[in-house]
Amino acid sequence: MAQIHRLTKTATKRIRRNPSNALAAILVMFLTFFVMGIFYLVSLASNVIIHYYETRPQVTAFLKDDTTTSQVESIKDDLKKIHSVTEVKYISKDEALKIYKERNKDEPILSEFVTADILPSSLEVSSNKIADFGNIANNLKNQSQVSKVVYYQEIIDTLMKVTTTVRWVGLAVVLFLLLTSITVTLIVIGLNISLHKEEIEIMKLVGATKTYVRTPFIIEGVTYGFISAFLATVSLAIAYPLIAPLIEKAFNPIPLFPTNPLVFIFLLFGEMFIGFVIGSVGAWIATRRYLEV
Amino acid sequence: MIKFSSVSKKYNNSSYALENLTLDIPDSEFVFLIGHSGAGKSTLLKLIIREEVPTTGKVLVDEWDVSSLPDSSVPTLRRKVGTVFQDFKLLPQRTVFENVSFPLEVLNLPDNEIHDSVMESLALVNLSEKAQSFPGQLSGGESQRTAIARAMVMRPEIILADEPTGNLDPQSAWEVMQILTKLNSLGSTIIMATHNLDITSSLAHRRVEIQKGRIVKDTKQKGSKDGSPEEAREKAGEAKN
Repeated sequence: MAQIHRLTKTATKRIRRNPSNALAAILVMFLTFFVMGIFYLVSLASNVIIHYYETRPQVTAFLKDDTTTSQVESIKDDLKKIHSVTEVKYISKDEALKIYKERNKDEPILSEFVTADILPSSLEVSSNKIADFGNIANNLKNQSQVSKVVYYQEIIDTLMKVTTTVRWVGLAVVLFLLLTSITVTLIVIGLNISLHKEEIEIMKLVGATKTYVRTPFIIEGVTYGFISAFLATVSLAIAYPLIAPLIEKAFNPIPLFPTNPLVFIFLLFGEMFIGFVIGSVGAWIATRRYLEV
Repeated sequence: MIKFSSVSKKYNNSSYALENLTLDIPDSEFVFLIGHSGAGKSTLLKLIIREEVPTTGKVLVDEWDVSSLPDSSVPTLRRKVGTVFQDFKLLPQRTVFENVSFPLEVLNLPDNEIHDSVMESLALVNLSEKAQSFPGQLSGGESQRTAIARAMVMRPEIILADEPTGNLDPQSAWEVMQILTKLNSLGSTIIMATHNLDITSSLAHRRVEIQKGRIVKDTKQKGSKDGSPEEAREKAGEAKN
């Protein structure tokens, strides 16, 4: 315990003696964690968008006017055999009229001559697997009472592509920044090592183990990681309630961003863990070549 | 017991720093290593603490075969050996007390034990009152005495001194010799590399002369021919006059 206390004191002293080096390391790591946090939130939001579309009726089958209730039930039964189908909802001609009027309530002229007779009844099918949309659409097309099938394959396909691209770009950017952070930690601690070269030499001559010499530098690296991870998460948590509503407006009515504070606690612990890894790996590499016996 | 058996050391492709050197140093002996710069004195000292490894031959320090010692055991070996350098190698940002306590911190001893041992070592080199001074505030002699206090604070069996009087005025040099002699009388083996012929010729210790990496002379002198370092110093002074 006394040893850890002494080594921590040594590390703190070294950080305080070179504030500009410490600042450089913290700023670069802060940027990494901040961008990482943004991509984490964007990733959560893209999940919400996809989930939103996935849980809404994605395939609509318009039925012929002479379709009987038993025929509707038979089509429904057929669809339920497809594993990913979560809901099949029948929209009667009257309900279709209601929906039509609701959508066009600001332009009454459009509703004026429309009656329930001219609107088709339909089946709205929801599925939790985008890949099955084609399958569901084909099934419906093969039904004799179905006159037309409409589904949002293209929209969702594009959405999936965009989301996947965003995730890959995010991952690449974060990986690049992580690498930069490790390199900067390595340089900053390397500079600190050269400032304490004599001390290290004497330590080794009086019988200090490699671990003893290395530990204060590891503590230094981990401190940079912890401080920057903490600052980045706090900055995101402060900026979030100011920026999120503006972005959500564009995606109305999808509730894009999470409101649960646990998201930030998870982010904090995740980033602090990564900070620990970056700091210790950077410091370990930096000390390696100075610790030859 | 330190034993060199047919030890050679060659740096890269240059000539031998030590060549086929055989030397036995029994416990509690005081040995002067003398010779010109580049003769191989420092290399010999470095081999004892495994700062260098022999190209051929064997170096034994008590039960340790230094030449084949694994890296992980080197710190333990070095804790048995105290080292004193010509340039003191003190840490300028640490006080005298902190410099001397350094080897004990490495051993993870409790603070009160560290305090007692450091103060005891400082008393032995007459530096108790300078405990809170920084190296920049010390004279050359005081700096070297601090370095000796650091070397002896772990109560090592062996003390290696590489030109410890090289940067000192004659009076400080004799003070350092007085302390080293005292440590030797307390049972430590002292191996001191030096150019200072006034000192080596005035004190009755074994002298090993090295030239071009080989031992050319080894005088094993028993007893003091001039008594204590104080008397030797007076004699050396008289001889000069």
